[in-house]
Amino acid sequence: MKKLFEKIIEGVLACSGFVTSITIVLIILFLFSEALGLFNSRVIEEGYVLALNKDNKVSELTPAQIKDVFDEEITNWNEVGGQDMSIRLFRLEDITQYYTEEELGAAYEHAGVKITELVERTPGIIAFVPQQFIVRPDSVHLLQDNTISVKDVFAGAEWFPTATPAAQFGFLPLITGTLWVSLFAILIALPFGLSVAIYMSEVANSRIRNLLKPIIELLSGIPSVVYGFFGLIVIVPFIQKVFNLPVGESGLAGSIVLAIMALPTIITVTEDAMRNCPRAMREASLALGASQWQTIYKVVIPYSVSGITSGVVLGIGRAIGETMAVLMVTGNAAVIPHTILEPLRTIPATIAAELGEAPAGGAHYEALFLLGVVLFFISLLINFTVEAVSARKR
Amino acid sequence: MIDRKHLSQRIAFGIFRLLSLTVVGILFAILGFIIYKGVGVISWEFLTTAPTDGMTAGGIFPAIVGTFYLMIGSALFAFPVGVMSGIYMNEYAPKGWVVRFIRMMTNNLSGIPSIVFGLFGMALFVNYMGFGDSILAGSLTLGLLCVPLVIRTTEEALKAIPDTLREGSRVLGAIKLQTIWHVVLPMAMPNVITGLILALGRVSGETAPILFTCAAYFLPQLPTSILDQCMALPYHLYVISTSGTDMDAQFPLAYGTALVLIVIILLVNLLANALRKYFEKKVKMN
Repeated sequence: MKKLFEKIIEGVLACSGFVTSITIVLIILFLFSEALGLFNSRVIEEGYVLALNKDNKVSELTPAQIKDVFDEEITNWNEVGGQDMSIRLFRLEDITQYYTEEELGAAYEHAGVKITELVERTPGIIAFVPQQFIVRPDSVHLLQDNTISVKDVFAGAEWFPTATPAAQFGFLPLITGTLWVSLFAILIALPFGLSVAIYMSEVANSRIRNLLKPIIELLSGIPSVVYGFFGLIVIVPFIQKVFNLPVGESGLAGSIVLAIMALPTIITVTEDAMRNCPRAMREASLALGASQWQTIYKVVIPYSVSGITSGVVLGIGRAIGETMAVLMVTGNAAVIPHTILEPLRTIPATIAAELGEAPAGGAHYEALFLLGVVLFFISLLINFTVEAVSARKR
Repeated sequence: MIDRKHLSQRIAFGIFRLLSLTVVGILFAILGFIIYKGVGVISWEFLTTAPTDGMTAGGIFPAIVGTFYLMIGSALFAFPVGVMSGIYMNEYAPKGWVVRFIRMMTNNLSGIPSIVFGLFGMALFVNYMGFGDSILAGSLTLGLLCVPLVIRTTEEALKAIPDTLREGSRVLGAIKLQTIWHVVLPMAMPNVITGLILALGRVSGETAPILFTCAAYFLPQLPTSILDQCMALPYHLYVISTSGTDMDAQFPLAYGTALVLIVIILLVNLLANALRKYFEKKVKMN
């Protein structure tokens, strides 16, 4: 009886032992199942078609080309592989320019016939209309509606998820934005983090060390919204003034806030590694006549270099995944940044800002989950790097 | 005259001191700024009334209550699971690949960005399980987020208990479970509890995981069941500092909200530190 009871308890404990593993499997499962639908959704908005004149030989356009055509950046068919013929845009709301209300009928019942006629007789037209308005599909040339491709997403240079007729889901601006901000954050944080770590483990006496430790803990405990709020009120106006910018919300503001937030991670991991340097090694160095500082940079730092690397990599991880603070101070412009002083937008900030408005199950929603998948794999990569670095030391 | 060796040491140490001082300065600047600006806003009324006039006046009572609910809810889920998981890892799991595997997974989970937890919580709890935007979904998401922290502290606490105590108990005829329940756990409890309190602090400040699982922009009345949405302090701070109709009226409220959040974090940290010190003393006396 007692034995059985113990076995049951052991089973329960074992189950909870694997809760983290199960969670990771579930995360993969759910993120993927929501995200992969993106590659099955169509480029052109559902229920709509892009109709061309029968004589137009252009059979397909990439999402980026469709957007450029409708933004009038591309104005001639020869730019997208067709004949030399200027492009005539037609959207449903343009119909009143061509036909009077009497011609269309009171309830627009003749609209389909008229639109089809218009497409049939205008050579350079591209018409973005609901499918049922093309009444004779054989007499016009419908642009092939591809599914969104992996290349459109990961090599796409524009993030414009609500654009019509073709939403743009290019991850490049978001990925570069994230990397820029995180990189700069680490560059700012590194000198401070290393100094504090060396100071705490090598220079300061135990009293000062015991004072610093809770301070660093507190720094890591402050919620990210509070950092974001502080950044918004203090750092953003400061940057705007110093660099004389039109807006202070910029990559640099995000980097500074992230640098402060990544500091505790860098400090604790690095300090831990340095304190693990054996006393005997230090004493040997000191006995040979080296000063304390020489001992630090010739013995302690080389010895703990893998720990320092782990600290830096974990700091980068923290910076890449940070959401709220970055959302509040970087200005959220989804363009590929040219300087760190421009507004930019990171992956987590995009998810946080847009998921609330993206209809569940739509392409936009799926694209945001795909961004989550990207983040998830970045964090896995970072963890495996840390593990590999510390395993090499052993 | 000082030789070059010592001069370079002086310069280097001087730089370390200066930069360390800067970091401390930054922390105190942030805390000082928010306390200075926020303290005038705090009043009994601010803490106990709901926002009014489109969140440009009034208090933050529903947000405080919501954060409190979320802390309790996630603790109810994360503590038992995390502590049991820690016990399994340190006491039962065969040393070797099982422990290594679990530890790796726990590390991975703790490295996942909080917004990904938000996405996951939305997909699993809100949509798939059908909880909707609710305290239940939010608590479970936040709970999962802090499980790795609870596991790690439990494991550390158990590791600190010397094996001789376990062996002594076994020699007296106690089975393994009795040993854990009567000998190991009571001794490890102080450190476990400290870890739990720190986990609570983490939960109270997280925003990204509750954005899509629980948090409400504004609710006129308090939640009545765990399937209701609730307001939360960090989300409220985000909302009133970035959007709204009357920024000038909202900013004082934002300072006040930030201050309340910081006070919660400070209290949690102080409590954890005090507990740690208290139990250390007690162990020494024994």
